[in-house]
Amino acid sequence: MTRRPITDDELHADIDGQLDDARRAEVAAYLAAHPDLAARMQDYAAQRGALRAALDPVADEPLPSRLNLAHIARPAASARGAWLRNLAAALALVSLGGIGGWALHPSPAADGIAALAREAADSFAVYSPDLIQPVEMRADDLDALRAWSGAHMPQPPEIPDLAPAGFRLMGGRIVPTSHGAGLMVMYDDDRGIRLVMLTRPMAGDHGQRMVPNTQGDVAGWSWTAAGMGYSLVGPLDPDRLHPIADEVRRQVALAS
Amino acid sequence: MNGDLMAEVQPMIPALRRYARGLLRDPAAADDAVQDCLERVVANWHRRRDGNPRPWVFTILHNVAVTQMRQRARRGIAVPVEDAAGALATRPTQEDGLAQHDILAALALLPDDQRSVLLLISVEDMSYAEASRVLGVPMGTVMSRLSRGRERLRAILNERGIGTPANRPRPNLRSIP
Repeated sequence: MTRRPITDDELHADIDGQLDDARRAEVAAYLAAHPDLAARMQDYAAQRGALRAALDPVADEPLPSRLNLAHIARPAASARGAWLRNLAAALALVSLGGIGGWALHPSPAADGIAALAREAADSFAVYSPDLIQPVEMRADDLDALRAWSGAHMPQPPEIPDLAPAGFRLMGGRIVPTSHGAGLMVMYDDDRGIRLVMLTRPMAGDHGQRMVPNTQGDVAGWSWTAAGMGYSLVGPLDPDRLHPIADEVRRQVALAS
Repeated sequence: MNGDLMAEVQPMIPALRRYARGLLRDPAAADDAVQDCLERVVANWHRRRDGNPRPWVFTILHNVAVTQMRQRARRGIAVPVEDAAGALATRPTQEDGLAQHDILAALALLPDDQRSVLLLISVEDMSYAEASRVLGVPMGTVMSRLSRGRERLRAILNERGIGTPANRPRPNLRSIP
């Protein structure tokens, strides 16, 4: 029987139960022939047992309330409450703006884009403060997200890459809109700032140029192209968000 | 499938507390570290890699604890542990194991990097590969820290005449040089 020499690493792996059975038998035979080494290994094994015996009771202690995960995730929920109140005020303004716009320019295009902007703001308000599951499918499941949105919409929407602008794709989800299913995708940057893009089909609304829809601290830019509406929303200065929206529009145009 | 934060992380919290306690000893400081870790886990949950989130969560806790230990060392804050000398002078009362104070007091004398490897592998039952991920060091470094840590712990315990049950099954009969 040819024997590989036993290594120090294997002696430790034996103690830690990380060795396969055949090798364990060889280590046991080796230790039987080397009592000094065997005594040292027994000491190590006893240390392992003693450490576990000393620390395991910590894991059985009742959890202090401050370590309750539900409590830790909750501050964001109360912040969201404040957010929703602001949003309600913002939506009232948007509706007034929509009615005013309709009165001045009775164009279905303007109404359509305002509805889209409102839906994007809704998605941003609900999902961007979510610390637990802001997106339903994560960016590493991009193909699945494309397939999911393709199953709900006339064609799978383009999911832009905003890495050049410093925003990573987090993932996305299908959201309900007044024109059926829409795709919401979310991005964030190194400071944790989140952007939301919503895209969904438009009813007879083609070639609407990009228009701003800023409410309070949250900026938005919305436009339509090839029967689809796009709205990018985020807590940035509108002038900073504009080039990012241009980048989205450019990538969508390239893809179609 | 997306992992659910509550379902995946909540069951890990007892082990996180155990690891922090072994590393920092002081219960309040250890729970501070776990709380800090959980806040980071909640805020960054979408950034974790696929697969088992356990090494990722432990990496966050380990980094928080290391920062805490460095701050403590810089400020020279005394660690409110039990009197180590007194604990060591106390005879083991159980025949079948080291007294808890003895092993933890001896562990506290190890360098931080050896202590963390011993805890992750001996107590948290991590594979060597997982420990290497948590600590952000190569496997070879994990193995050499494990080997040095175990030998040093053994030397400390022997020096103090405590030994381990394997070679000193009846501590009250041990010979004192």
